[in-house]
Amino acid sequence: MTTSTSLGYLIALPLAGSIILLLAGRKADKWGHLLATALSASSFGLGLYQLSQMLALEPEERGFTQKLFSWISVGTFNVDAGLLLDQLSICFVLLITGVGTLIHIYSISYMSHDRDRRRFFAYLNLFIAAMLLLVLGDSYLNLYVGWEGVGLASYLLIGFWNQKPAYATASKKAFVMNRIGDMGLSFAIMIAFATLGTVTFAGVKEASESASTATLTGIGIMLLIAAAGKSAQFPLQAWLGDAMAGPTPVSALIHAATMVTAGVYLITRSNFIFDAAPTAQLLVVIVGAVTLIFGALIGTAKDDIKKALAASTMSQIGYMTLAAGLGPAGYAIAIMHLLTHGFFKAGMFLGAGSVMHGMKDQVNMRRYGALGKFMPITFVTFGLGYLAIIGVPPFAGFYSKDLIIETAFNAGGVKGILLGSMTLFGAILTAFYMTRVMVLTFTSPERWEEDQHPHESPILMWLPMVVLAIGSVTTGYLFTRGDALVHWLEPVFGEHGEHTELLPHKVVSALAITAVIIGASIALVKYQFTEVDAEAPTKVSILTRLARKDLLQDSFNESVFMRPGQVLTRWLVKGDDNVVDGTVRLVGRTALGAGAELRRTQTGFARSYSALILIGALVLIAGIWVITQ
Amino acid sequence: MLEIQTPEAVMFWVLAPLSGIAALGMLLVKKAVHSALLLAWVMVTLAIFYIAQDALFLGIVQIVVYTGAVMMLFLFILMLVGVDASDSLTETIAGLRPIAITAAVGFGGLFVALISRAALGREAVGLQAANANGNVQGLAQKLFSTYVWPFEVVSALLITAALGAMVLAHHQRSVARPTQRQQSIARFRSGSLAGAAGLPSPGVFARHNAVDVPALLPDGSAAPTSISATLKARGDMLESRSFELGEVDNTVTEEK
Amino acid sequence: MNPYNYLYLAALLFTIGAVGVVVRRNAIVVFMCIELMLNAANLTLVTFSRINGTLDGQVVAFFTMVVAACEVVVGLAIIVTIYRSRRSASVDDASLLKR
Repeated sequence: MTTSTSLGYLIALPLAGSIILLLAGRKADKWGHLLATALSASSFGLGLYQLSQMLALEPEERGFTQKLFSWISVGTFNVDAGLLLDQLSICFVLLITGVGTLIHIYSISYMSHDRDRRRFFAYLNLFIAAMLLLVLGDSYLNLYVGWEGVGLASYLLIGFWNQKPAYATASKKAFVMNRIGDMGLSFAIMIAFATLGTVTFAGVKEASESASTATLTGIGIMLLIAAAGKSAQFPLQAWLGDAMAGPTPVSALIHAATMVTAGVYLITRSNFIFDAAPTAQLLVVIVGAVTLIFGALIGTAKDDIKKALAASTMSQIGYMTLAAGLGPAGYAIAIMHLLTHGFFKAGMFLGAGSVMHGMKDQVNMRRYGALGKFMPITFVTFGLGYLAIIGVPPFAGFYSKDLIIETAFNAGGVKGILLGSMTLFGAILTAFYMTRVMVLTFTSPERWEEDQHPHESPILMWLPMVVLAIGSVTTGYLFTRGDALVHWLEPVFGEHGEHTELLPHKVVSALAITAVIIGASIALVKYQFTEVDAEAPTKVSILTRLARKDLLQDSFNESVFMRPGQVLTRWLVKGDDNVVDGTVRLVGRTALGAGAELRRTQTGFARSYSALILIGALVLIAGIWVITQ
Repeated sequence: MLEIQTPEAVMFWVLAPLSGIAALGMLLVKKAVHSALLLAWVMVTLAIFYIAQDALFLGIVQIVVYTGAVMMLFLFILMLVGVDASDSLTETIAGLRPIAITAAVGFGGLFVALISRAALGREAVGLQAANANGNVQGLAQKLFSTYVWPFEVVSALLITAALGAMVLAHHQRSVARPTQRQQSIARFRSGSLAGAAGLPSPGVFARHNAVDVPALLPDGSAAPTSISATLKARGDMLESRSFELGEVDNTVTEEK
Repeated sequence: MNPYNYLYLAALLFTIGAVGVVVRRNAIVVFMCIELMLNAANLTLVTFSRINGTLDGQVVAFFTMVVAACEVVVGLAIIVTIYRSRRSASVDDASLLKR
């Protein structure tokens, strides 16, 4: 590990941009967005530079550290504000800054009619800075700072149009549910410090070799809770659908490519903990598996294009989590899927934004149709992303998802078969709902409302989409050629280890492709070749009804947590009013009452006063008598 | 060692109850003048006690100053304020009388208890030695040496008190005193011309120089303004007819 | 006879004076009761002077008398002034501070 002096700039540049844009106010309206984009691009350039530096080094030495300043020094607890750039972090750095810059460029045009565009870019830059801090931090505590920062940026950006109360509530919901996850991370840090005495990654890695399994399981479970909150995994996934209230670039950047992947980053970064705590690892796998089915089911019934894509994100991250829970064999594969997903999901979200732009912000897919003719570039880029996500070779998703399915089967035994089947079933569902989205939007006959004139988006919008589409096409092949990514990440995750192959590689691929064909055909039949209702039908199966209601997660949260909470708050308020305020008022009343009683001695008659003096003198003499006894 | 002789003891046991009763009477009688007189009695008794206790100067001063000056002052004020004004003895403030009596009885009881328990730690000496050169000389000795400063202060206090009384009694005129000319004009402008020439000076119509016998007007009726209104209100005005001379006997009788 | 008997008498006179101050309504009678209390104090002083064998008690009694005289002068002047403006010598009528 060599020390570097330029890591800090990765974070400092976008952070400075954010501060400048926020402080400059309306004066910066003309050039603010350009400055923000430039700073984001310069961070990307700096990242590329760091990558080139790393490539020049030996695999074991590919790492840079930088200590910014000594942060906390209390007794035995010493934490430096330090940065670590290793093979895992560089992947994220390039993803964040690369996709981030593309989305900055997209937003210049998408938000051009919004008078608060400058503020939007300030928040975007803030997000980039915080996310970079998250992936560059060298200890759990530094990661936590970035964690909180992205949570803040997400809140600010989801509720960007806070004039609408529903959007403001959505941002609050996201923040509160994230908070539950944050508690998990806090507890993990506390346990790590209490039992292991350190919170840096290197320190914990070293200490974990001799720590008890119970401690590591505890830390692992807490980290899983944190990851579930941030990455919208079961049971903390209810906020992701509502987070689509934010502008589409936000959904693309934060809720597709980067922030929601922070959970996966956390789990893979803590691989040494999970490898040593099998129970925690099993829980990770279970959470991932449940979420991937959960998200896929929800995605099949959503008519809002953004909510459908959000459900898809939830499901895909479920895949990543599942892979991350499969041990050393799966970490690199999870990261690979994360990177490819960043490309095609962001591309699809930008495409959805482009569609909305052309359809006057209509989001109901039942009101789309035949847009492929009018928005060709959008159609092609979205289509490439679609092919990637459902796993058609040779697009990116085929490689990464295929590997996940294979690794799932190779986990061995009943667990392997179960996981493998679930991933395959998820693949069928993915193919189904994504085909549904494609068909409803682009290829089915038009079902527009009055006065719609769809048109292609301006260049600043379709250029990033093209770049991302290229990524969707090529990255899969690039990452798997010669196991490039796996070997790249080996120094971080350790050796692959020997594993039994349950099914040969080709068989898995064939099964995957079959799943895709099944799912896509069902969707084509249902939506392309049959007439689609412009209004959502009400006579639907019970499963569809449940899926429309997000599989009742919101209802559950409300009845189990929200309503008792409201009752509790009401009781507390009543208690505060009556007991606490009552006591205070009692003091006041007592004072007033005492005053009223004492006032009765003020009669105005001199004689009663002289009587009082006489009584006083009597008391004095009595006192003297008592004292001299 | 002080030995109190029998005469003093007898005098004490006669006068002390009397003064107690007088004090109580002062408290209970209705007319204020009676209270003043009873108080004067108490003060005289106290003067006798002072003299009996070898405080000769003080006893005389008690009579001269207290009974003589202070009580007379009280009586003068009673005269000004209204000899008539007698309070009713019913109590207007609720519960005051029982409280006052209880407190006072308790007070007195405590006093007596304390005095009886007081152990002064010294024998009663008597003033034989202190009065060796005479009581006045002894007092003067004390007064002008140890107590000269309080003496000066108290004399300043006396002067201040006198000044204060003068200030309080001063009647500030709010309108200028009417001049002779103004009074004359007022007299002519009043309803009738009866008083136009001014009232007769005192004694013009007087037949007698007694305060309570009115003067007679030309028509033989009593002049209302020739007698004090107070006396008239009290019905102390006498008929002047009773003082009229009968037929004058002009015969001269020889002095034998 | 005990010289302390004079003290008991003084206590009695003082108590009677105290009751009178509280009970009587005529301002001048109240004043007279105050004078009674002062006289009782004087008697006490003189008695103690005799018991102790020094003349200090008598000197202080003398001063008390002077002060009492001053107090009577000013106090009665005040009563007269109040009587002149309010036409009443009752202590209860001077109760403007009553609520």
